[in-house]
Amino acid sequence: MGYDCVVMVKQVPDTKAVTAKAMKEDGTVNRAALPAIFNPEDMNALETALEIKDQYGGTVTVVTMGPPAAFEILRESLFRGADRAILISDRRAAASDTLATSYILSCAVKQLPKVDLVLCGRQAIDGDTAQVGPQIAEKLDFPQVTYLEKLVEINGKHAVIKRNVGNGWELVKTSLPALVTVIDTANLPRPSAAKRMMKYKKARGYAEIVKEIAGDRDPQDPAIKSQIDAKVSELKTKGLFLEQWNLDDIKADLQWCGRDGSPTKVHRIQSVVLKGAGHQQFASTDEGMRNLVHLLIEDHTIG
Amino acid sequence: MPNFFTENEDIVFNFKTMDLGRLARFMEEDFRFAKEVDYAPENEQDAIDNYRRILTTVGQIAGEFIAEQAESVDREGNTLCEDGTVRYSQGITKDLEMLGKAQTMGFTLPYRFGGLNCPNLVYTMANEIVSRGDASLMNIFGLQGIAETINAFGSEEIKQQYLPHFASGKYTGAMVLTEPDAGSDLQACKCRAYQDSNGKWYINGVKRFITNGCGEILLVMARTEEDRSDGSGLSLLLCERGPRVKIRRLEEKLGIHGSPTCEIFFDDTPAVLIGERRRGLVPYVMSLMNGARLGIASQSLGIAEAAYNVARDYGHSRKQFGVTIDQLPAVRDLLVEMKISIEAARALTYECARVVDHERWYLWKTESDQADSFDKDTLKKLKEDSRKYKRLAAMLTPMCKYYSSEMCNKVAYDAMQVLGGSGYMKDYPVERHYRDARITNIYEGTSQLQVVAAVRGIASGTAGKAFEEYQAQQWPVELADLVAIQKKGGDDLAEALAEVKKNGIEYMDLYGRKIVDIGCDLFLGYLFLQQARNCDRKKEVARRFITTAAPRIAANCRLIKSGDRSTMDKFELIVGKFDDSVA
Repeated sequence: MGYDCVVMVKQVPDTKAVTAKAMKEDGTVNRAALPAIFNPEDMNALETALEIKDQYGGTVTVVTMGPPAAFEILRESLFRGADRAILISDRRAAASDTLATSYILSCAVKQLPKVDLVLCGRQAIDGDTAQVGPQIAEKLDFPQVTYLEKLVEINGKHAVIKRNVGNGWELVKTSLPALVTVIDTANLPRPSAAKRMMKYKKARGYAEIVKEIAGDRDPQDPAIKSQIDAKVSELKTKGLFLEQWNLDDIKADLQWCGRDGSPTKVHRIQSVVLKGAGHQQFASTDEGMRNLVHLLIEDHTIG
Repeated sequence: MPNFFTENEDIVFNFKTMDLGRLARFMEEDFRFAKEVDYAPENEQDAIDNYRRILTTVGQIAGEFIAEQAESVDREGNTLCEDGTVRYSQGITKDLEMLGKAQTMGFTLPYRFGGLNCPNLVYTMANEIVSRGDASLMNIFGLQGIAETINAFGSEEIKQQYLPHFASGKYTGAMVLTEPDAGSDLQACKCRAYQDSNGKWYINGVKRFITNGCGEILLVMARTEEDRSDGSGLSLLLCERGPRVKIRRLEEKLGIHGSPTCEIFFDDTPAVLIGERRRGLVPYVMSLMNGARLGIASQSLGIAEAAYNVARDYGHSRKQFGVTIDQLPAVRDLLVEMKISIEAARALTYECARVVDHERWYLWKTESDQADSFDKDTLKKLKEDSRKYKRLAAMLTPMCKYYSSEMCNKVAYDAMQVLGGSGYMKDYPVERHYRDARITNIYEGTSQLQVVAAVRGIASGTAGKAFEEYQAQQWPVELADLVAIQKKGGDDLAEALAEVKKNGIEYMDLYGRKIVDIGCDLFLGYLFLQQARNCDRKKEVARRFITTAAPRIAANCRLIKSGDRSTMDKFELIVGKFDDSVA
């Protein structure tokens, strides 16, 4: 029997490619200066889902919330083997914190016909909260298993998951449907498959089609609109139309979305510049190493 | 996270300037496949974008994954298990899995078998990129020519049965030619194949030094005609791995440890015939070998690029005498020579791949059914061009295999020199590159054999004609002096060749290497001049290459014209008489 998996993915600024322009004067992230990438651990979540599909059959649906630029990571998901890809994009969802985001994503999951497993990366490299996955589980009333390192067994109604608990691991048996968050050591994400890439690079979502055809002109202009409609139907026939949902499509209650649905208030942003506060030298001897390890344990850096 | 394609400026430069659009038109037969195959490109830009994406993926896998494991692959090697099967190192197994997932195991196969239908040039680039990650992996990844051979000469039934599995990465293959007494001289092949009363074929005999002989599909050259002891008695057969294919031994080698080199005993192994009887060596194996030679040329590029990068990094970080050593003239000279010779070998190898793509297209155009639809003059012109590319490919293939593999050895040698004592130790990967490099000018035909093949192309005027065409082009003023030096070199070569012709075939082979060295130097001069049209840096590279090649060419010409035959005439006097009684 197959399993129907939903993978939550996010497009994030590549925090590894940080340059001097990465931070605005007010201390917030200057997204324009950083390349947008597929959040790394979401790639591990996608890989886990694809491995389940390879072994047991079923489907992999990828869902993301963001501006139309995020269609790019949906295409990347299709290159790797996802069957369906959906972008939730709505101006009314802007400024959503983790509570609102998880509410919106949970509404999207509820629109899908059958879900056995929701998979998320442990956390995104921009916010680093690791809250969205668990909050989605609460809203769906799914059991949650965080920090998946290995799917040990999946068997009809149950899954056994090895989860990393920092200084070791534990095996957790959960009923299905369930939500898991996946860590980067779980697997090595597969590369884009050449043939899928050659095909799905041409996949487009509605907002992209409008931008490509209308440009600065009015998309409601009948001549332009008919071009857009023609392109949409052409892509649909070829299986290359990416779905785009708004908050109405997922029947979201607006009071829980966007700024209104986000209780998180940024109190203050600090620009912390780390300064080397002295250093200590250890001799390159067994004795020296012992002293170093001892200090690190005392410091709770290790152990 | 290095990407061996996007971060290699010279490969990207070649990618951008080598008119891949034209090759795409060839491969896509004017983009007719797009109607039937959902991933086939619709136009030139679409195809080039595909090539770029595919190479970017291969570059990422090679840089992030394959290269990371190369050291452990080298240490682990392959294992011949008790049940007679061969187990790859863990690293190679994972690498192949990765490349299979990336759907890159059917690079040049047609769409109908699940391939990517890429031109040879793009595959050549991929081979270089993979080899830079791990040279030994290329011996398996780079064996896609086997599927290509089946595609070119096999029956439709055989193609349908096997090719989709090659494209999916489920099958890898081996070209099974060499025997204990048939190495460079393949006509001496003793392994035989016979038919039973039902017409079924069986193979009997021993083959050795078989790269990936443990692969699923073996293309075996065997003698099917008892009454013919030369090449015309040989046929090509396909057999599957199984109990009647016995791997007797794995060779222990200096380098490319990840590549299993097998001795195989064929024990009445069931097989099917590829194409027609008696055409095994010529043309089937020759065609397979030519592809493989281009493959080794690209493998050589990858090894050299890997070694050079270690040397470049080391040279910039190692301090002696108060400066980083890359500031010292002697080290600087090594680095510049390495870099230029890699770019030279790349230019020649890619040009060869481009010419092979042309050769195939013209052959297809003039020999397929559509040939009847052309008017007389068009067909005549097409056939002329077809012959031209055939001659060029026949010369450039051995030339680039020779040049690139010798370059690779020199670069690996010099890279170790830059690292000094550290390079001799296992702490740096240079000693591995040095060991891996050593096979490149030996297998798929030694340098000496490549010279024999290439020198005939040069002596017959193929090279001279190509040089004339280059001379006839419009050149920018700032390159005029270099074009003139090239002209002088070409004239000197022609004069030397005229001298050689008076002295006979043996004399030509005696000076073959010098003649081919001149041919390579001149050809490369023109290729660099072409590149210089698009790039200021390449102008400097061309200037440096052509001005340092000129005295080399002059010296070689003098030696060729010397008439000295002491190697042949004074052999025993110089090396001593061999005492045959002590055996």
